[in-house]
Amino acid sequence: MSARRIVVAGAGMVAHRFAESLLARAGSDLHLTVLGEEGRHPYDRVGLSRYFDGGDPEAMTLKRSVLEDPRVHFAPADAVAGIDRAGQQVHTRSGARIDYDHLVLATGSSATRPPLDGADLPGAFVYRTLEDVRRLRDQIERAPDGRPPRAYVIGGGLLGLEAAGALQKLGAEATVAQSGDRLMSAQLDLPAGQALRRLIEQRDLAVRTGTHTARLTAGEDGSVAGIEFADGTAEPADLVVFTIGVRPRDELARAADLPCAARGGVEIDASCRTADPAISAIGEVASFAGRCVGLVAPGYAMAEVVADGLLEGEATFSGYDLSTQLKLSGVEVASFGDAFATTEGALDVVYADPVAGVHKKLVLSDDAGTLLGGMLVGDTSAYGSLRPLIGRSLGTDPAAYLLPEGGIAASGGELPDEAIVCSCAGVSAGRIRQAVHEDGCEDAAGVTACTRAGATCGSCVGTLARTVDAELVGMGRAVSTGLCEHFDLSRRQLYDAVLVSELTTFSAIIERFGSGRGCNTCKPVLASILATLAPAHVLDGENATLQDTNDHVMANMQKDGTYSVVPRMPGGEVTPEGLIVVGEIARDFALYTKLTGGQRIDLFGARLEELPMIWQRLVDAGFESGQAYGKSLRTVKSCVGKAWCRYGVLDSTAMAVRLELRYRGLRAPHKLKLGVSGCARECAEARSKDAGIIATAQGWNLYVGGNGGATPRHAQLFAEGLDDEALVRTIDRFFLYYIRTADVLQRTAPWLAALDGGIDGLREVVLEDSLGLCADLDAAMERHVAGYEDEWAATLADPEKLRRFHSFVNAPATGDPSLAYTLERGQPRPASSEERRSGKVLIAGTRLEVRR
Amino acid sequence: MTTQMQTLHPSISSRLGWQRVCALKSLEVERGRAALVGSAQIALFLLADGTIRATCNRDPYCDAYVLSRGIVGSRGDVPTLSSPMHKQVFDLRTGTCLDTRGKEPARLRTWQARAVDGQVQLLWGSAS
Repeated sequence: MSARRIVVAGAGMVAHRFAESLLARAGSDLHLTVLGEEGRHPYDRVGLSRYFDGGDPEAMTLKRSVLEDPRVHFAPADAVAGIDRAGQQVHTRSGARIDYDHLVLATGSSATRPPLDGADLPGAFVYRTLEDVRRLRDQIERAPDGRPPRAYVIGGGLLGLEAAGALQKLGAEATVAQSGDRLMSAQLDLPAGQALRRLIEQRDLAVRTGTHTARLTAGEDGSVAGIEFADGTAEPADLVVFTIGVRPRDELARAADLPCAARGGVEIDASCRTADPAISAIGEVASFAGRCVGLVAPGYAMAEVVADGLLEGEATFSGYDLSTQLKLSGVEVASFGDAFATTEGALDVVYADPVAGVHKKLVLSDDAGTLLGGMLVGDTSAYGSLRPLIGRSLGTDPAAYLLPEGGIAASGGELPDEAIVCSCAGVSAGRIRQAVHEDGCEDAAGVTACTRAGATCGSCVGTLARTVDAELVGMGRAVSTGLCEHFDLSRRQLYDAVLVSELTTFSAIIERFGSGRGCNTCKPVLASILATLAPAHVLDGENATLQDTNDHVMANMQKDGTYSVVPRMPGGEVTPEGLIVVGEIARDFALYTKLTGGQRIDLFGARLEELPMIWQRLVDAGFESGQAYGKSLRTVKSCVGKAWCRYGVLDSTAMAVRLELRYRGLRAPHKLKLGVSGCARECAEARSKDAGIIATAQGWNLYVGGNGGATPRHAQLFAEGLDDEALVRTIDRFFLYYIRTADVLQRTAPWLAALDGGIDGLREVVLEDSLGLCADLDAAMERHVAGYEDEWAATLADPEKLRRFHSFVNAPATGDPSLAYTLERGQPRPASSEERRSGKVLIAGTRLEVRR
Repeated sequence: MTTQMQTLHPSISSRLGWQRVCALKSLEVERGRAALVGSAQIALFLLADGTIRATCNRDPYCDAYVLSRGIVGSRGDVPTLSSPMHKQVFDLRTGTCLDTRGKEPARLRTWQARAVDGQVQLLWGSAS
C-alpha cells in the first residue's frame, strides 16, 4: 500500500472498526496512530443503556488486542487539535506533531444541549459517553431519601427512550417529553408512534408529546429542581436528560477549510474521501449526500470502505441503511428500509391489534412484489427475517409476516446468497454459508467470531443461527450428542466411563474425560451419576458444588428464593400426632401450607437459614424431610386399598410405603413418580406414573413409562400377576436400567419410546436378562437401599454442612431483607411488585427470632 | 458545545477502598456464599484457581437474591455462574449475561475482590 503512515482522529466504535479492518489486511509496513479524546479504550456506545445499572465499563470495552497491535500507536487522551493539510501533519492538544500519508476523521458527534435557561445547571445531563452515564448514576444515588427521584428526558427518540428505561431501572420516576406529535418520529409514523406510546405508558413511563421545554429552574442548592414548559405548566424535577440530537464534530475539518454540509458534517464522496484526497471521514462526522446519520452500522460500512481503499480496493459506500431497533424490556420496536413509503407508488400493508399492543406495517413496491421497508411495534420477531429481504420479493403473502402466528416461520425459502443478514457488519447469507463450508465454522458462535455477524446489535442472531443450521444439515453433518462443551460424551457414555474408571470426584472425572470447570448441565448430571455409582451425602465435599438448585440445599426453591419443605409421609400415611407437629412447624415459621398432587403436605416460604431448624423439628418428631424436588424419587401415591376399601384387592398402601422407603433418595436423569392402586378402579392414578402398580386378583400388574406434565402419557403394561418380591425386583431393574442409559433430563416415557425394541426390548433386558446386566442392576439397588441415610438429619449432625445454611457469610442469621409477604385467604404469599410499591405488605422479613 | 460536559460537577467523585468481608476459609471452591456489605447483598465465589469473584446476589431476571446459590463453571476460558432460578449464565468477571434464555440482556454488578492475610476484601465505593 502506498499510504504507510495513517492517522485516525477519534477513538470511538467506528475508529476501532477501521483499525481492526485495516490491521487485519495490511502488512507489517504500516504505522497507525489513533488519537482519542475520552481517555479510554474504545467502547460499545450503543450498549450504554444496558450498562447503565451495571457499573463495569470493562465489559463494554471493544476488543483490546486491536490497538495493542505493534503497528499501532494509541493515545487515548490526546485529541487532534489542528490539521496542516499542506504539510500533511496534525498537531495534538499535548503539542505533538504527527505526519500522515492519510488522515481519517472519525471524531463522531456530540450530544446537543438546547439553548434554554438552566440547560447547564447541575442535574441537567446529556447521554453520550460513559462519563455522562457515570455522572447520571451518581446523581440518582444521591437523590433525596424516601422517594424515587423525578427524572425528565427531553427528546422522545431512540436514545431518549433507552435513557428513560435505564433511569426507571435505577429507581427513578421517568417522564419522556417530546416536542413532536409522537415518539421515535424519525422512525415511526403517527399510528405506529401512538402504539409505541401505549406500550411505554404500560411500563409506567410517563409520556408528554407536543411539549416544548421552556427552562429549567434551580433549587436552593443550585441544581435542577423544576422544569417549565412552553404551555406554562411546571413540574418538579430532580434531574433532566437531554436526548434531542447529535451534532457532527466537524470543527477540525472546518478549521482546515474542508467543505462541510450546511447542517454540519464533512462532505465525503462514495469512497469516503473528503475534498482533500489525503483525508477521509467516517461515521457520524461524515456527511454523505447531504446527510449525517447517528447510527453505528453505516459508520462501520464507511470504515470498511476506507480500509479497503487504502489497500487499493475499490469498495464504495452505497448509502445509509437506516434500520433501527429499540431494545427496552417489554417494548419492541423496529424500523427498516423505506419505512415512511417515500418511494413513488409504494403500498402499505398494515396490521394493528391495539389490545395486544401490536402495530406492524410493511411497505411494498407499487406491484406489491418487492419489500421496501417497514415498521414493527410491539412484536419484532419478524425483523430478522424481513430486513435481509429489503429490495427483494417476500416470496409469500405479506400478511404471513404480520399476523401473530406468521412471524419468523414466514420465510418460505432460503435467503439468496447476496441478502445481507447482518447489516452492522455487512455480512451476507452467502458469506455465512462460506464460513461454514470453507472456514470450518461449527456453529453460529463460530460464524460470529469469524465474520462478526451478529456481534454488534444482535438483531440478526436468530436468522444467523437458522442459516448456519440449515447449512450444516445440508452438509450432512451429524449433530453432536455430547453433553455440553465440557464433555463430548453423552450421558450414557459418561455413566459407563465413570462406572469403568471408578473415579469418584468431579475434578478427576472432568480431567480424565472432559475439559474446563463444568456447567449447569454436566455438573448435576455427574452429581446424579455419582449418587448411583459412589453413594455419598449430596453435600459431601466436592459433591456439594455439583448440585442443582434444589439438591443444593435439599429443599425446593420458590420464586422469591425461599424454599418449600415437604415432610416425608411414605404412601401418604400420617398419624394425627404427626399432622399436629407439621401444623405447629408451619404455624411457628409462618409457612404457607398446601397439599400437593402427590398426597403430601407442602410448607412454603422457609428461608435458607431456617431450613435446619425446620428439619430439626421434623427429626425430633420422627419425620424426615423429603425429596419432593430434584431429579429423584418424588412420592409414591396410593389409594387406601384392601385395608379399608370395600373394593380393595391388595394392600396398596402397604406396598406404597414399602416402595417409597426403598426408592427414597434414588437420583435419576429426571424425577421419578410411582402410584399404587388397590384395584382396577385405579384411584391412585398409577398409570400416569413412571411406574404404576395396579392390584388384580392374580397379583400386581406393573405399568411403566407414564407421566403427567406438558405431554401426558399413559404407562404401558409391562408385566402381569407379579407377587410382592417379583414386583419389587422388576421395578429395581427398570429404574436402574433407565438411570444408566437415559439421556440428560429424559423422563421414562421418551426414554422408553427411543429404546431399542421399545417395551419388548425392555422386557428382554429386565425380565430375561438378555444383556447379562441384571446382577449389576440388582447390586446397584442393594447398594442404594443399604446406603440410604436421612440426608437432612445427617446435615444437622455436621457443623461444616450447616455453615452452608447461613444466610450471609458475615451475618449468618440475618434473613434476606428483600423478602416481603402479603396475606391471602389467611396465609402468606410473596408480595407482588405493585404491592411492594404501594406499601401493602403485611409481613416483612423475619417472623421468628433465629437462634443457633 | 461539548466542553460543558467535561466541566460539570467537578465535586462528584467516589471514594474507593478495600473493605474486609469475611475470612477466606469461610469460602469453598466453586460454592458461592452471600454476604451483606452495608445494605447490599453480595455473592462471593472462590474459583478453582484461587481467584475470588464478587457479583450482586440479586438475579436481574427474577428479582430474587439467589445468585450465590448458583452453579459455578466455565465457558471456554470464562468463569461462569448459572442462576439457580432460571439458569441464565453470567460471566463472573464482568457480570455480562452469556445465555439470557430468550430474555432481554441484563447484567450483574461486579466488584473487585481479593484475599489478603486470610481475609476476603472487596473494593467498595462510597460517595464522598
